[in-house]
Amino acid sequence: MTSLPSPPTMTTEELRRLAKRLRLHVLKMTNLGKSSHVGSSFSMIELLAVLYGRILRVRPSEPDWDGRDRFILSKGHACAGLYAVLAETGFFPLDWLSEFYVDGGRLAGHVTKSGIPGVELSTGALGHGLSVACGMALAAKCDGHSNRVFALLSDGECDEGSIWEAVLFAPHHRLDNLIAIVDYNQIQSLGRVAEVLDLQPFADKWKSFGWEVREVDGHDLDALISTLEPLPLAPGRPTCIIAHTVKGKGVSFMEDKLLWHYRSPAGDEYENALRELEGE
Amino acid sequence: MRGAFFQALMEVARQDSRVHLVVGDLGFGVVEPFAREFPRQFLNAGVAEQNMTGVAAGLALAGKVVYTYSIANFPTLRCLEQIRNDICYHEANVKVVAVGGGFAYGSLGMTHHATEDLAIMRALPGMTVVAPGDPYEAAAATKALAIHPGPAYLRLGRAAEPSVHDGTPPFQIGKAIRVVAGTELTLVSTGGMLQSTVQAAQLLARQGISAEVLSMHTIKPLDHGSIMNAARQTGAILTVEEHSALGGLGGAVAEVLAESSHRDARFRRIALPSEFSKVVGSQEYQRLQFGLTPESIVREALELLRPRGAVTVHA
Repeated sequence: MTSLPSPPTMTTEELRRLAKRLRLHVLKMTNLGKSSHVGSSFSMIELLAVLYGRILRVRPSEPDWDGRDRFILSKGHACAGLYAVLAETGFFPLDWLSEFYVDGGRLAGHVTKSGIPGVELSTGALGHGLSVACGMALAAKCDGHSNRVFALLSDGECDEGSIWEAVLFAPHHRLDNLIAIVDYNQIQSLGRVAEVLDLQPFADKWKSFGWEVREVDGHDLDALISTLEPLPLAPGRPTCIIAHTVKGKGVSFMEDKLLWHYRSPAGDEYENALRELEGE
Repeated sequence: MRGAFFQALMEVARQDSRVHLVVGDLGFGVVEPFAREFPRQFLNAGVAEQNMTGVAAGLALAGKVVYTYSIANFPTLRCLEQIRNDICYHEANVKVVAVGGGFAYGSLGMTHHATEDLAIMRALPGMTVVAPGDPYEAAAATKALAIHPGPAYLRLGRAAEPSVHDGTPPFQIGKAIRVVAGTELTLVSTGGMLQSTVQAAQLLARQGISAEVLSMHTIKPLDHGSIMNAARQTGAILTVEEHSALGGLGGAVAEVLAESSHRDARFRRIALPSEFSKVVGSQEYQRLQFGLTPESIVREALELLRPRGAVTVHA
């Protein structure tokens, strides 16, 4: 086994500032690209900030480094947030963010790996990321490597049967190097999760499949740090973090609104959102 | 072909510890030796093909060479999007293996008839598609794919077909094998139809007709050179496949001919109509219903060779 490199160590205050910058990037990207899913990115901003600022053992200057932790954004429609955090942590230049969702640009409207340092898996069709993460975690076990594999899922994504195939698989194979994080913002494509296809009792489902489960306020940086730092939570068992979040978090008129799964911020809405985020 | 595949895979796994076999809870009586000898390179993913395929992609992206294995349409159609996105888009080193190509599991019914697989796999970017013609080809294909980087689909027949070749033929992915030399027409076979096709050539020889037989074990990338040669040298091509007429071997060869300078070459396909089999029966019985026998290949060959302008009366 190789000795573990230290993860980055941003303070809570630095993480707060990072989160603010990420939201501003996402707002500008979705405005410039006239693209959807701003709310889906906003709900996971603190998660991304804590993961990349504090938890993940990665080397931005050496993105393919063998010993790295793998992070898969399975909810690929929220790619603006991922691209923003990769740029902010130095995987690629910040000015690439202006090439999001535009004709001939570098950054596609769902997570796309080719040519983008730091992206582990192209996603966009839901229900794929956790299985691939299982394979990566299994390979690490098989090779005696100590890296961990993280997969960030959406709540609506958990409607997919393939997710539950993987949920069944990971504990059976004792993948304690696997961490599933669910961005539980309670809104999916056509309505509230509870109304479309209820997931409750959600934590109990994961527990009954053999996962070690923690529920956390997905916008509370300190709570996220104290939940994610001691991973794995239980030897021999995969970890599931259910992050309770608010879709559109950070811009008052976007919060908890289905509309912002689709609408691209423009005109007055864009200006108002910008003011709100800058004034934070 | 199944036995030949497993034997070859064990040889490959002995030499290369990156080689992993991931099965979808199928292969009773054949996976056990592999599992016993290579416990760290074997995984039964359970009856969960989507996850099996995603896991295989994850293993491959972490440096493994992965063979997924199940029967008929389960490792392909059930998890098609995982194959497309997780394997093909990422150029992951995963070989999807299906046993039961065509009507190999004829009596088990429609769910177990793999009759559109070649077309569907062929349409995926970056996918190599191989359908060996006999156990020797199956073994050779298994070994060749292990060192052929990137995604592939390997369509096997059933458990114990007779061998067509006398020994291991010269096998190269993307290069047809000439099994019988001939001058008047070319029979191009893929997958398990090879034996019937060779038998058809023998029947034709008794009638004084010299038919060449090519085993087109690789559907993608297709061996354009061999097709062009056939068009030039015999000028008449009959494709034979246990697969839908849409998008399989016949379709692929037709595309090549239509865009070539040999558009005057005669061409016919023997393939399945785009419909489900409504009869109950074994592979042999199904083949008989759908004109996939040496005798019907001969009939089609004679039609193909009929002088142009002659009137054909269909019963």
